[in-house]
Amino acid sequence: MSTALAHALNAALRDSMEADDKVLLIGEDIGELGGVFRVTDGLAKDFGEDRVVTSPLGEAGIVGSAIGLAMAGYRPVCEIQFDGFVFPAMNQIITQLAKYRHRSEGAVSLPVVIRIPVGGGIGAIEHHSESPEAYFAHTPGLRVLCPSSAQDAYDLLGQAIGCNDPVIFLEPKRSYWAKGDVDTTATPLPIDQARVVRPGADLTLVTYGALVPTAVKAAAAAAEEGRSIEVIDLRSLSPIDDATIVASVERTGRLIVAHEASQTAGLGSEIAARVQDQAFYSLEAPIIRVTGYDTPYPASRLEHDWLPSLDRILDAVDRSFTY
Amino acid sequence: MTVETHQTEPWSVLDTSGHLRPDERVPSGDSALDLRRAYRDMVLARRVDAEAIALQRQGELGLWPSMLGQEGAQVGAGSALRPQDVVFPTYREHAVAWCFGVDPVQLLGLFRGTTMGGWDPRERNFNLYTLVIGAQTLHGVGYAMGIVRDGDVGTGDPERDRAVLVFLGDGALSEGETNEAFVWAAAQQLPVVFFCQNNQWAISAPFSVQSRIPAAERARGFGFPGVRVDGNDVIACHAATQEALATARAGGGPTLIEAVTYRRNPHTTSDDDLRYRSGSENDEWEGRDPIDRLRLLLTGDDAPERLDDDFLAELAQEEQALAERLRTGCRALPVPSPEDPFLHTLEQMPADLARQRDEHLAFVAAGEGDHA
Ligand SMILES: Cc1ncc(C[n+]2csc(CCOP(=O)(O)OP(=O)(O)O)c2C)c(N)n1
Repeated sequence: MSTALAHALNAALRDSMEADDKVLLIGEDIGELGGVFRVTDGLAKDFGEDRVVTSPLGEAGIVGSAIGLAMAGYRPVCEIQFDGFVFPAMNQIITQLAKYRHRSEGAVSLPVVIRIPVGGGIGAIEHHSESPEAYFAHTPGLRVLCPSSAQDAYDLLGQAIGCNDPVIFLEPKRSYWAKGDVDTTATPLPIDQARVVRPGADLTLVTYGALVPTAVKAAAAAAEEGRSIEVIDLRSLSPIDDATIVASVERTGRLIVAHEASQTAGLGSEIAARVQDQAFYSLEAPIIRVTGYDTPYPASRLEHDWLPSLDRILDAVDRSFTY
Repeated sequence: MTVETHQTEPWSVLDTSGHLRPDERVPSGDSALDLRRAYRDMVLARRVDAEAIALQRQGELGLWPSMLGQEGAQVGAGSALRPQDVVFPTYREHAVAWCFGVDPVQLLGLFRGTTMGGWDPRERNFNLYTLVIGAQTLHGVGYAMGIVRDGDVGTGDPERDRAVLVFLGDGALSEGETNEAFVWAAAQQLPVVFFCQNNQWAISAPFSVQSRIPAAERARGFGFPGVRVDGNDVIACHAATQEALATARAGGGPTLIEAVTYRRNPHTTSDDDLRYRSGSENDEWEGRDPIDRLRLLLTGDDAPERLDDDFLAELAQEEQALAERLRTGCRALPVPSPEDPFLHTLEQMPADLARQRDEHLAFVAAGEGDHA
């Protein structure tokens, strides 16, 4: 059945809430409105306001109280309205949520999921197009997930809710209405495993979120020039599935990492470091990062040029093959 | 325990039928509100808002947060300012910007996606719009600390003494940063006035999600006065703001003003408000329209100043000209250059960023403009 990514998320929330009455949702405007992206549409009506909590306007409050709820045995799923508005909650996320298991020597786990729509390309004003994943990936004690398809959205969100670790769940907002088949009965990939979305032999292209479809198009375009590109959808940005990436690079000898987030100290840097460490002798070319630039996210009239595009990826492919 | 929910009526002097109740708190003489001017400001600011909505519908703006219905609060507050005062707005203070002399065309750039700001905040002491709820409340506090250290408070010199006017919505009352701002302002008795437009809704969240008591009553807990005023009564809003600003400039410390009003349009042009509120609520508030009220007063028998036919004809013309200027001005807003995002990140561009910029510009120049 073909389903929009946002609807797959809705289905995952619904199924998790039906399966476990400790699951509850908390966030701004998630009740009657269904959230600004309608991901929680209809859930307040069906599960009531005790389980779908329209919070006061405060992100520290959302995450901080979710931590308390988790301590009391609940499994809260927070919604942060936009990527740029998670920062008031950063203190709770970094100093409390990420560390509590460690501090309690494993006695207390905090099964909190924080859903955040991320990324640009929707013509929005400032703070509505950010890619903050590296802040979270840099923080020990958090899982960071980012689905790119409706199927993974459904699977990963269900797994995130079922998981006893805190999970930052990044939703690529410009893919919300992209449709894909969803089988809710199939066994999902493990939560921290990357997915090879298109096999290939000559170059490995690692990306995640909204850039996955772009990467697949780039691979198709490169195929016309006789270059076989393997596209890997990272899915779990922390921990990173080194094994899948390294195994691929050992076969292809070339690696490009693409993400929307700015370049310096981003996921691309981390993956490049791991691959040169673990597959140094397999590399036939330098690892190339195709990323957002090290600037604030630009005014929307410029975003299409600024964002990593099909052309920029193909350009990097060309460069890789000059070695 | 049940919380006593106070239903204290907000302070009002101009009722919906345009009747003005004499009240000693309304300033007279030189400091009185120029009623014809306030009328003109509200009408023209409303026109800015309406044109911006039309421009959004035509695809010229990505988004617009309408202030329809809040003109009384904003013009009341905005006309109480002196040029040396400083404003920290949210993203909805279009009528305050108007009163403070910001060119309304400049308000459009942020929403057209041509700029990240739109105006030089130092030119008119009107800071950039702040989209992150509550963040600007602390900036207002810090600015007020600067004013104190500059000695520009309590001198008695009307040209010198300054105050800060911070705007916030009812939703913003819940952010931690707002509450920190209240604590700081109180502890240091800072020359800052917090003007909260309680427009009843924070997107889909009604005021009751944020507070069980009127916003103005919170101020007492922080240690400064709170005033609850009818936000659709421009005369009362002006009087309350003028008094609070005068106190602040004189060194008397902060005030929280809660202007009770209503956001008559959806949260922004992207919002669908009928999912969470009824149209009848809107009708009710339309009956309390701030502009209608003042027109009734100024065309009635006891009009203190009169909106004569000449004034109204001239205003209609002004409105047309303004609308035209917005339409052409919006389309003429400078298209940003691909280099712009790279500028002004640090004072001196790091070498690696310069390299990224050059690569980007070469790429754009090569015209590989086909995007996935
Ligand atoms: C920190 C932060 N969280 C969430 C948002 C998303 N958001 C934008 S406006 C808004 C509601 C604001 O309500 P209020 O403060 O009452 O002001 P109003 O929009 O009614 O003028 C929300 C939740 C935001 N901009 N900033």
